[in-house]
Amino acid sequence: MSKKSVFEYESNMQEIHSKVLQNVLAQVSSYHKENYTQAEVLKALQSESLSIEGLKALLSPAASAFLEELAFKARMLTKRHFGNSIALFTPLYLSNYCESKCVYCGFQKGNAIARAKLSEAEIRAEMQAIADTGLQEVLLLTGEGREHASVEYIAQACKIAKEYFKVVGVEVYVMNVDEYELLHKNGCEFVTIYQETYNAQKYEKIHIFGEKRVFPYRFNGQERALKAGMRGVGFGALLGIDEFEKDALATALHAYFLQKAYPHAELSLSAPRLRPILGNRKISPKDVTEARLLQVLCAYRIFLPFANIVVSTRERAGFRDKIIDIVATKISAGVSVGIGEHSGEKKGDDQFQISDERSVAEVFSMLKKAKLQAVMSDSIYVG
Amino acid sequence: MHTLKLGKFEFNSRFILGSGKFSLELIEAAIKEANVEIITLALRRAHTGKLENILDYIPKNITILPNTSGARTAEEALKIAQLARELCGAEMIKIEVIRDSKYLLPDNYESIKAVELLAKEGFTPLPYMYPDLYAARAMRDAGAAAIMPLGAPIGTNKGLRTKDFIQILLDELDLPIIVDAGLGSPAQACEAMQMGVSAVMINTAIALSSNIPQMARAFKLAIEAGREGFLAGIAGQSKLARASSPLTGFLRD
Ligand code: SF4
Repeated sequence: MSKKSVFEYESNMQEIHSKVLQNVLAQVSSYHKENYTQAEVLKALQSESLSIEGLKALLSPAASAFLEELAFKARMLTKRHFGNSIALFTPLYLSNYCESKCVYCGFQKGNAIARAKLSEAEIRAEMQAIADTGLQEVLLLTGEGREHASVEYIAQACKIAKEYFKVVGVEVYVMNVDEYELLHKNGCEFVTIYQETYNAQKYEKIHIFGEKRVFPYRFNGQERALKAGMRGVGFGALLGIDEFEKDALATALHAYFLQKAYPHAELSLSAPRLRPILGNRKISPKDVTEARLLQVLCAYRIFLPFANIVVSTRERAGFRDKIIDIVATKISAGVSVGIGEHSGEKKGDDQFQISDERSVAEVFSMLKKAKLQAVMSDSIYVG
Repeated sequence: MHTLKLGKFEFNSRFILGSGKFSLELIEAAIKEANVEIITLALRRAHTGKLENILDYIPKNITILPNTSGARTAEEALKIAQLARELCGAEMIKIEVIRDSKYLLPDNYESIKAVELLAKEGFTPLPYMYPDLYAARAMRDAGAAAIMPLGAPIGTNKGLRTKDFIQILLDELDLPIIVDAGLGSPAQACEAMQMGVSAVMINTAIALSSNIPQMARAFKLAIEAGREGFLAGIAGQSKLARASSPLTGFLRD
């Protein structure tokens, strides 16, 4: 059990000497959200392309008075870059074993939950069931810990996924470049990593032990994935853990600085909020109300107009249905966060409670009614 | 005499409809109103899944122009073109090679290579490009059936920001030129056609209009008007005065 500093790498972890973390932390530490005035917010809203200063203004409390204007501008930019398209995908949990302890998560080591890991035959059955709904994009997830779900196991799951889907992404523990290369060779194109919070002190407190505890190794995960040839990377902070304006700022800048270094990288951002978990029903997103969440999402859109914004089923249907007309370009559908639930009975417990339980067909017809176009695949795997 | 010739293919309409930002019913409406004969299709989106199929919304007499969007290198563009040929038998392919996810500007260097690769494989390549004379010549020499310079960055609706450079291409290249990306209003499409480009491609400007069929019709009329104007010969504007009784009419020999 390690009580080392969160900045200390473990021996198996590759260092890539990137400047991005330094840049992000410098910006975040000098951000004082109370200093921004309504005049600065208006100036930011009127600028043709948003500067980092402008982003800070739009995330500040002063901007909450301009939510309607933010939404208006964000909607215009979303339409300009994405038209009527909304991409659909679903997450598939391969395993809920976990060797880390993160206080906000139901999968943490030591929690008395039903653990399970899908066998190859079970992976196929799950994928078949998902593909039967018409989806063509899948996101594979596991808990942390190579002991239970090795890199080879995940790579094999990607390879199988390629038989059923056109687009395969992973949201698993962070890896070294050569490990990401193995996934990429087996058909994986997208890597999503949630930093949870960019406040290292807070990070240290809530990541009690396990590989996930090493803050900069996790932070540089997206960059290692891009070095391994991945097409795109996803970012997210779990809003509500720390001061959410700072975490939102850091998320957007993390993506922004990486994009400067890797112009081809396709970006996607998500903004999950804390949800109740097994064993702790009281966890809540605190001051991150829906209005503040919308403010964050609009600021993301205006700062990075070309990036995908993903809204998960952690949010209620009524919120999701509106947000896809303003900022979101990608939503999950037909979600089950238990293990093995798509094709039969669930054999492992859920990670958190979802708020939108609609099937793919239901989401599809909701989009149709809203005159939006469901896009099942927005990528082609060309090796 | 006035048909649009792209390689061995011929068309009466000079209005190419982009499909990336539409919903399928809207594509159907736009096709009906605008007499388009060519519609682009991003191969990466070609299957809309079991719930819906884009090909059901496109009438059989319309030519599908698959694009290679998603390709970052010439080799990837070739692979996508080959998939497109398998999927819908397409020979004419719009080459898009883009290595910048922010501005989506075409990479001319890779696109030249892609034209070469695709032409060798028997495709009729139509490269999306940044209007650069050297690149355009290289694409022509490599076997492009037309070139598709951008008017302005994708989705911006800013119009013919690259007008002067497109004019150079028109003056120097004996190859159909199709303005792709950036045209935001019927007037801008008309302006491009008046310059003498062979066709224009429109997507965002129609997809984001609040009355799609009507906007599609407006573009159709503007494109036709621009073409007629070009053929009739627009009287050139001159900064220099030209008196109706010339000052130099006294000269002999
Ligand atoms: S967040 Fe991930 S690493 Fe942390 S306890 Fe949950 S599954 Fe394990």
